[in-house]
Amino acid sequence: MLEIKNLHASVFDTPILKGINLSVNAGEVHAIMGPNGSGKSTLSNVIAGRDGYDITEGSIDYLGKDLSELEADERACEGIFLAFQYPVEIPGVSNMAMLKAAINSMRKYRGEDEISAGDFLKLIREKAALVEMKQEFLKRSVNEGFSGGEKKRNEILQMAMLEPKLALLDETDSGLDIDALKIVSDGVNALRAPDRAMVVVTHYQRLLDHIVPDYVHVLADGKIVKSGDKSLALELEEKGYNWIEGLQKAS
Amino acid sequence: MTDALAVQEQNKDLKELVKREYKEGFVTEIESETFEPGLSEDVVRRISAKKNEPEFMLEYRLKAFRVWQKMKEPDWAHIDYPKIDFQDIAYYSEPKQKPKLDSLDEVDPKLLETYERLGIPLEEQKMLANVAVDAVFDSVSVRTTFRETLSEAGVIFMPISEAVQEHPELVKQYLSSVVPVQDNYYAALNSAVFSDGSFVYIPKGVRCPMELSTYFRINEMNTGQFERTLIIADEGSYVSYLEGCTAPQRDENQLHAAVVELVAHKDAEIKYSTVQNWYPGDENGKGGIYNFVTKRGICKGDHAKISWTQVETGSAITWKYPSVVLQGDNSVGEFYSVALTHNKQQADTGTKMIHMGKNTSSTIISKGISAGHGQNAYRGLVKIMKGADNARNFSQCDSLLMGDRCGAHTYPYVEVQNPSANLEHEATTSKISEDQLFYLMQRGLNEEAAVSMIVNGFCKEVFRELPMEFAVEAQKLLDISLEGAVG
Ligand SMILES: Nc1ncnc2c1ncn2[C@@H]1O[C@H](COP(=O)(O)OP(=O)(O)OP(=O)(O)O)[C@@H](O)[C@H]1O
Ligand SMILES: [Mg+2]
Repeated sequence: MLEIKNLHASVFDTPILKGINLSVNAGEVHAIMGPNGSGKSTLSNVIAGRDGYDITEGSIDYLGKDLSELEADERACEGIFLAFQYPVEIPGVSNMAMLKAAINSMRKYRGEDEISAGDFLKLIREKAALVEMKQEFLKRSVNEGFSGGEKKRNEILQMAMLEPKLALLDETDSGLDIDALKIVSDGVNALRAPDRAMVVVTHYQRLLDHIVPDYVHVLADGKIVKSGDKSLALELEEKGYNWIEGLQKAS
Repeated sequence: MTDALAVQEQNKDLKELVKREYKEGFVTEIESETFEPGLSEDVVRRISAKKNEPEFMLEYRLKAFRVWQKMKEPDWAHIDYPKIDFQDIAYYSEPKQKPKLDSLDEVDPKLLETYERLGIPLEEQKMLANVAVDAVFDSVSVRTTFRETLSEAGVIFMPISEAVQEHPELVKQYLSSVVPVQDNYYAALNSAVFSDGSFVYIPKGVRCPMELSTYFRINEMNTGQFERTLIIADEGSYVSYLEGCTAPQRDENQLHAAVVELVAHKDAEIKYSTVQNWYPGDENGKGGIYNFVTKRGICKGDHAKISWTQVETGSAITWKYPSVVLQGDNSVGEFYSVALTHNKQQADTGTKMIHMGKNTSSTIISKGISAGHGQNAYRGLVKIMKGADNARNFSQCDSLLMGDRCGAHTYPYVEVQNPSANLEHEATTSKISEDQLFYLMQRGLNEEAAVSMIVNGFCKEVFRELPMEFAVEAQKLLDISLEGAVG
């Protein structure tokens, strides 16, 4: 589904990603771990098509398409969803209105009719229940005044509503209390499907107890320095990133 | 992402600025009788004669003209435009085929077509449900809809030129009772030469059964439009009134200098909404309407309420400060404004809240949006007089900048002569952040839709004050006006 080859990307001429290779198939869950500043969010942003990054080398192929030719909104309509590390507030725009516009925009892209008001309400009620989000949050402005944990839960609600093919979750577990972590993980697990892939960025093994990954990759200084199965996360937690530094030097 | 990067990106986008066409910019080919350009006592007399006015009106006009002659054109700190030659403007223009207001058959079909194209159908079967419209074309009113329904309720809604004939006692009593002729340069000019406009009287205890609306259209070249609106809400009555305006696209600047007076008696409420979309000029600042307007309301009795809601997207220059004089005890004044400036547009707008009565309160919500080289200034005055015990004011002025060549300026003035006053002021300036744009685009919205959603969110507190149908219109208008501002 996603095929990243030798990806190099810079911001303001500063290289951040320095040769990423990553292959994600439908149905798989990949975890990406790595120290602060190693380039995890940059990778998610580059895949999602955020402006301001120069791809200096390599390619990203998604469902047979060269992603560099698509704008961010087109990538979203093609099924790429990014749950943000820091969801932004949009004053005066209700969660509902935003989601309805998003759904209709994607439907239009696929040549479908707009969703009816009734169907939309039914859908959003159902999905809000999935992440145990109260109705009042749907009417509030997008993320405005939401607590850190509520913002993350809102990201998962949006993912559930938009039913992406490829979901990138950037530290969705950060700032969640124990109960919320469970709710969010259950929400994510409910969305696991044979035709859907997920890339989960996290610093903590505990998330991976809930969302069990098929593969774990360690990103350091813009490169994937080690890949393995879920046991790699445990090993990493035990040995710390010093171990990784050693690996980097060795490579 | 850093701010610097966001700015860089926006600049890149702004360079690709494409100007949408001003869809209301067409000209109606119609035979008109237009005065020669120029202003003199004789012209004032001729306007009065055209309107077949009673003596008191002629005297009123002549007095205003003499006052105007002695006044000096004001200079405005944040507005920049070539001097207007007042002798180069025609002060009266009317379609040759004189419309008879009661029967549509006698209205020139070209006029009906004009309004139809503007989305304001005047024919019975097509009229907007529950909105009565007075259509003013250049200097005259061409049609007022729903007159019968309104008169059954006792509501008077007619062109002011007719009110002068049919209700001279009301006109005499209230005209210039809120805005004196000597109030300012443009008010004096308007009082001397105003040609038409709307007159509304809501009798005691009547809740006006429908929205009232006036639609102003400038068609003729080199003609100024000077309309006059007078709305009186008698004790315990309620009315919601909306004005809309457009003009053809021309290279010359045209002058629009209106005066609006509102009188709310005890327990009465007037809601006045404006969606202003005069031709703004092209992206280089050529052409467009100079919009110099004096709008003021007085809450004469206790518990009276006046609220001004305006969405200003048009005009090359906008200069207006809808104001409320809070004379009655416990009276309420409100001002909700969205002003958008794009390309070379300039807007200097705001409000004045004059607190005189006890326990009076006022609310000011101003949203300025600047794009391109647009300049937006908010100028507000809150004045608490000696006798205004326990007056309260809340002011909030937010500015949104798109790109870095536009500007926003906020000048809140406060004069307090009573220590019990309670005033709160908040002001913010923000940019559409690249974070917000990316967030919405990541959810599948294209750039234009994303910008529109953010801007509409920014204006939400004002839009929700507009009557439903017009809130939708206002949103659309904003989208159109911003087309090409980003991306
Ligand atoms: N717009 C930018 N301008 C300059 N440097 C940037 C920019 N964006 C990212 N960087 C730099 O790129 C590096 C990688 O950042 P990124 O956000 O991808 O890290 P991360 O792995 O997600 O870290 P964290 O675990 O803290 O979220 C950091 O050193 C960061 O400062
Ligand atoms: Mg990160």
